[in-house]
Amino acid sequence: MKKPELLLTPFSMNHLKELCEAGADAFVIGEQRYGLRLAGEFSRNECKMAIKTAHEYGKKVYIAVNAIFHNDKVDELNDYLSFCDKAGADAVIFGDPAVLMAARESAPNLPLHWNTETTATNYFTCNYWGSKGAKRAVLARELSMDAIVEMKEKAEVEIEIQVHGMTCMFQSKRSLLGNYFLYQGKSLEIENRKDKKNMLLHDVERNNKYPIFEDENGTHIMSPNDMCIIDELTEMMEAGVDSFKIEGILQTPEYVTMVTSLYRKAIDLCAENTESYEEKKEQWLNAIEQMQQPHRPLDTGFFFKETVY
Amino acid sequence: MATTRNDKISSIIDGKRVIVKKPELLAPAGNLEKLKIAVHYGADAVFIGGQEYGLRSNADNFTLEEMKEGVEFAKTYGAKIYVTTNIFAHNENVDGLEEYLRGIASAGVAGIIVADPLIIETCKRVAPEVEVHLSTQQSLSNWKAVQFWKEEGLHRVVLARETSGDEIREMKEKVEIEIESFIHGAMCIAYSGRCVLSNHMTARDSNRGGCCQSCRWDYDLYEREDGEEKALYSENDAAFAMSPKDLKLIESIPRMIEIGVDSLKIEGRMKSIHYIATVVSVYRKVIDAYCEDPADFKIKQEWLDELDKCANRETATAFFEGVPGHEEQMFGEHGKKTAFDFAGYVLDYNEESKIVTLQQRNYFKPGQEVEFFGPDMDNFSQKVDKIWDMKGNELEAARHPLQLIQFKVERPLRAHNMMRKELVSRP
Repeated sequence: MKKPELLLTPFSMNHLKELCEAGADAFVIGEQRYGLRLAGEFSRNECKMAIKTAHEYGKKVYIAVNAIFHNDKVDELNDYLSFCDKAGADAVIFGDPAVLMAARESAPNLPLHWNTETTATNYFTCNYWGSKGAKRAVLARELSMDAIVEMKEKAEVEIEIQVHGMTCMFQSKRSLLGNYFLYQGKSLEIENRKDKKNMLLHDVERNNKYPIFEDENGTHIMSPNDMCIIDELTEMMEAGVDSFKIEGILQTPEYVTMVTSLYRKAIDLCAENTESYEEKKEQWLNAIEQMQQPHRPLDTGFFFKETVY
Repeated sequence: MATTRNDKISSIIDGKRVIVKKPELLAPAGNLEKLKIAVHYGADAVFIGGQEYGLRSNADNFTLEEMKEGVEFAKTYGAKIYVTTNIFAHNENVDGLEEYLRGIASAGVAGIIVADPLIIETCKRVAPEVEVHLSTQQSLSNWKAVQFWKEEGLHRVVLARETSGDEIREMKEKVEIEIESFIHGAMCIAYSGRCVLSNHMTARDSNRGGCCQSCRWDYDLYEREDGEEKALYSENDAAFAMSPKDLKLIESIPRMIEIGVDSLKIEGRMKSIHYIATVVSVYRKVIDAYCEDPADFKIKQEWLDELDKCANRETATAFFEGVPGHEEQMFGEHGKKTAFDFAGYVLDYNEESKIVTLQQRNYFKPGQEVEFFGPDMDNFSQKVDKIWDMKGNELEAARHPLQLIQFKVERPLRAHNMMRKELVSRP
């Protein structure tokens, strides 16, 4: 069976090396000025170094340029994209069509991955962005496995899905935490907490705790559980899904490295011998469960869940 | 009609500057009755939802027959109908789309409001006579992305609610395409299309019309350090909330007209007849007054008072005039009751006898102070004197929904005028 790429979100240069050793095939890096919800912040120089290191290991690097851009940053896109191209990035991740336009002008040969997170919900639209120049579509997290299989069958672009970690549920341009502290008359709290991404919204009725943080792109609210399908990889691999992403944001580097090495084993074994994979999969799931923080239970996201409307 | 960069906003006529590019006033309607009201009260175009592919699965929504009737009605007043078709479709929504779009086209709808390229491309193929307008669900926030959608052949784009006046000006300067922008109503606090709170919290798909407005609930904010959770609020503090005040850009209308915004949009397919009539007629007056004489234009207090009469939440200018801070959000409060209620819909007025015939829409009785308003009149108030049913029986009160009632009104009225009453027990 064809092995999907195992895609990681490193926190730092050192972490990237660790993840290379742990079995990652590719990385998403970038800076919050252009990319959304990144695990680590990679300046242009660090991107260059990361690409060099990853390429030495035979791994790929994708730079995230998937923010929702306003006029003020649009004029910077051409320069940033030609930087990505010259630095040797293997692809650029975009959601805003402005990036597509700028790439046509300044980096026409740079591969593009389409990722808006929430709106890649049917195969036609994936192919539409393919016809505009995207090589890959990153599917919305709110899809069932059945829907993903159908999309993979009908897609003319590569398909990437998230297999592990938290997902984004909400992005606002407003400074919702800052506004709350100002409303409370505690403006000092804002500076104190700027870089600490340790706040949670309690939803008492559902007994859920949603991570919430602010950055240059606004306020982000994340899912209360970490999705994990290390024991449900067969169908996605049989379908030929091209890339499995482990989202590292708001986890510790150690956790992400451990999870990576487990998925590495799971993917390899599933590809080589499905029966052995079936035997061992519970063990890996248990190992991950042991590492979970008490307020972050594992679940299977929307892979087996029906959504109504 | 396509806009061009050289579109003149204004001209000097008889030594006086007047606006020659009047923007479209676009109103919402949840059903046929509301559509007709919106047109009577001055909307140049009305957007409605169909049975499928729209984002308000709880709204009434129009059948094809109703759409046809709405289009025909609007046409007699020179108004257009657009249909919101702005879900992000899933694989299972692909089947039936072509037929649905052909149906909309055959109903004579002028345009559809779309977010998903699946629907954009299908419409271009099977219903090319229908204009395609990009929905705010695409969170369109910069001129280069506007340029992209223009090159894709779209007639119009609805911008993200996060765009400012200056940003819109730059878009208009750089790209020749119609721009539609919200002026009034409720708003998402998230970038539209980038929120799946509903999916996670209630298994309802927000981007297919199932939004349960989880963002308007209260939450407790904590921080987590060394495995311990600490509350970031005191006992007397309001809970963490993300509820934005409603948008109200009445005072920015002159600026929007001067920028050349092509369509000014009122939100609210779920809103009442009273709300639609009130809001549409106020903005109609504002737009007309400014276009006629921009130099001497002033916002009249009566317009602001009028909008307040149907407001159920506090209002703000959001991103159009800057970056909204905490004062543009609601903490510890969940809206106020409207101060006024719709009480009667005028069907006829006899100039000689001064007797109005109206359809009861809420309880009222003799002695009560009521106010009349309409698209082409100044509001006036009076006390209700004796009231009768259509058989001439004097009534103690107008108790029955939709009952026809007659009574004497001193000043002239016309069909479609409305009567409202002040709510007695205001919180």
